Amino acid sequence: MAETTLQEARATGSARLEWALVAIGIAALIAAPFFFYPVFLMKMLCFALFACAFNLLLGYTGLLSFGHATFFGGAAYFCAHAVKVWGWPPEAGILLGTAGAAVLGLVMGFFAIRRQGIYFAMITLALAQMFYFFCVQAPFTRGEDGIQGVPRGHLFGLLDLSQPHNIYYTVLGIFLIGVFAIWRIVNSPFGMILKSIRENESRAISLGYSVANYKLAAFVMSATLAGLAGATKALVFQFATLTDVTWQMSGEVILMTLLGGIGTMVGPIVGAGLVVTLQNTLATSGFPVTIATGLIFMVCVLVFRRGIVGEIYARLLTSVGTGKKE
Amino acid sequence: MNAILEITPILEITNVTRRFAGLVAVNDVSFTLKQGEILGVIGPNGAGKTTLVSLISGTLPPTLGDIAFEGHSIVKLPAYQRARLGIGRTFQIMRPFPGLSVLDNVAVGALFGHGGGESELAKAREQAREQLRFVGLEKFSDQRADELGGPSRKRLELAKALAMQPKVLLCDEVMAGLNHVEIDEVIDVLKRVRERGISILVIEHVIKAIKSLSDRLLVLHHGEKIADGEPDTVLSNPQVVEAYLGRKRA
Ligand SMILES: Nc1ncnc2c1ncn2[C@@H]1O[C@H](COP(=O)(O)OP(=O)(O)OP(=O)(O)O)[C@@H](O)[C@H]1O
Ligand SMILES: [Mg+2]
Repeated sequence: MAETTLQEARATGSARLEWALVAIGIAALIAAPFFFYPVFLMKMLCFALFACAFNLLLGYTGLLSFGHATFFGGAAYFCAHAVKVWGWPPEAGILLGTAGAAVLGLVMGFFAIRRQGIYFAMITLALAQMFYFFCVQAPFTRGEDGIQGVPRGHLFGLLDLSQPHNIYYTVLGIFLIGVFAIWRIVNSPFGMILKSIRENESRAISLGYSVANYKLAAFVMSATLAGLAGATKALVFQFATLTDVTWQMSGEVILMTLLGGIGTMVGPIVGAGLVVTLQNTLATSGFPVTIATGLIFMVCVLVFRRGIVGEIYARLLTSVGTGKKE
Repeated sequence: MNAILEITPILEITNVTRRFAGLVAVNDVSFTLKQGEILGVIGPNGAGKTTLVSLISGTLPPTLGDIAFEGHSIVKLPAYQRARLGIGRTFQIMRPFPGLSVLDNVAVGALFGHGGGESELAKAREQAREQLRFVGLEKFSDQRADELGGPSRKRLELAKALAMQPKVLLCDEVMAGLNHVEIDEVIDVLKRVRERGISILVIEHVIKAIKSLSDRLLVLHHGEKIADGEPDTVLSNPQVVEAYLGRKRA
């Protein structure tokens, strides 16, 4: 009995510490635009949400998708088109982009989830390449030019999003809602079943779970949230281009997630922040960005196998000596 | 044994055959498992015992034959639906969810039928804790499953299968590698499982254990059923002695 109470005390202690860290993190994000360039921060938030959505699939379900650019970039196109060409308000554009990504996720997931491991990754990559070529050809994406000059408009007809702080806090709100949704999913019974599928698929089946349906649901949720990130990004940068649907973008989100630590809530956020910062720093230095990120990635894989945050958790846990914390 | 014998058997296996590329792992096997019964299945290595369990649980489809659960054919149902109907199994090669805690390993089994809220998770964990207490693993609740030793993993297999509240439990060598004391404890657990009204099919190599546990024994040899009946009668059957016991003694 004494053991369990001690463990419970530790658990509530670490839970309190976590909440304190979350509160500090949110406070820092609220204060950030007074110290940093808002567009840079918003880019970070969009990619962080994208990486978190990706992590729902890789980290918590154990599925490595190589096609997530489809949802991110696709949603950006849908949102940009709806806002610019149809004159929709920003919230409706984001909603459309997100819903579009969900539909794309349903289609891609339907074909991919029946395969395992590398075949799963290959199917997602193949379908994402098909979507890329569709975007190159389709008139509404305007080919190489992309959809430029997307107006940010007024949120709910009230808030003028052309004001840097207004758009920043809108993006921050979307980011927090998205991450909160993922947190809820991960800590729900559904999330527990996803984790059991990640750990041992055939065992999950023998306990009565139709693994295929759970995987598809996780895939669609991940795609939807990736779409939310992509649609938001289109409003931030006021354009949607082919860059966001390329396979390099699918690779980048894998990099961010692995770098930060898969299967942790904070890992992908840290990973995305790091990669975006790096890209911005290197862009002005003249040093080739891809080589630098590749090198950093290699170092991380060799030194911190669990990713930065994963490694920190592992160190903390071995020093405390209790069970794994998700 | 004065177990409640109802008219419909809980499991009815009719002329089931399973072939693997030329090899007949299970050959035209028929038998029934009655409500509340403990049926022991023995046979030499490679006799087809695990294959039989996989055919019933739905992990493998049979090449021929029919399997009925509570009077209804289930051969066309996928494995997860059979599990939901109430067929629980353990795995000879233990399959925990290594990265989850022991408690959560069992809670996953208890989650089915619950809603989506977080309070449901707490309820499932509470049920899981009960199952862990039942099999004597409660003190390991918060450890990761892959930190458990072999004997404890066997118990974890049992707790996980029990958490889904099965009507039939298929045990594939849950006593292998255990010492005498541990074997007696598992026998005790299985007897208490049966007292809950759960029918059990138990595969085991330890003759003494299976004899004291089973109401009836079934012997497989080269995929064929060579005996089925009272444990004492079956174990003194010359064919069985030759096929199985004889070889062991030699
Ligand atoms: N998936 C498979 N593919 C091909 N052959 C298989 C497969 N599974 C089992 N077999 C073969 O079928 C036969 C029966 O195997 P099974 O595992 O059912 O035996 P068993 O009675 O459980 O043996 P043990 O006592 O060693 O557990 C063996 O010859 C085995 O090699
Ligand atoms: Mg076997």
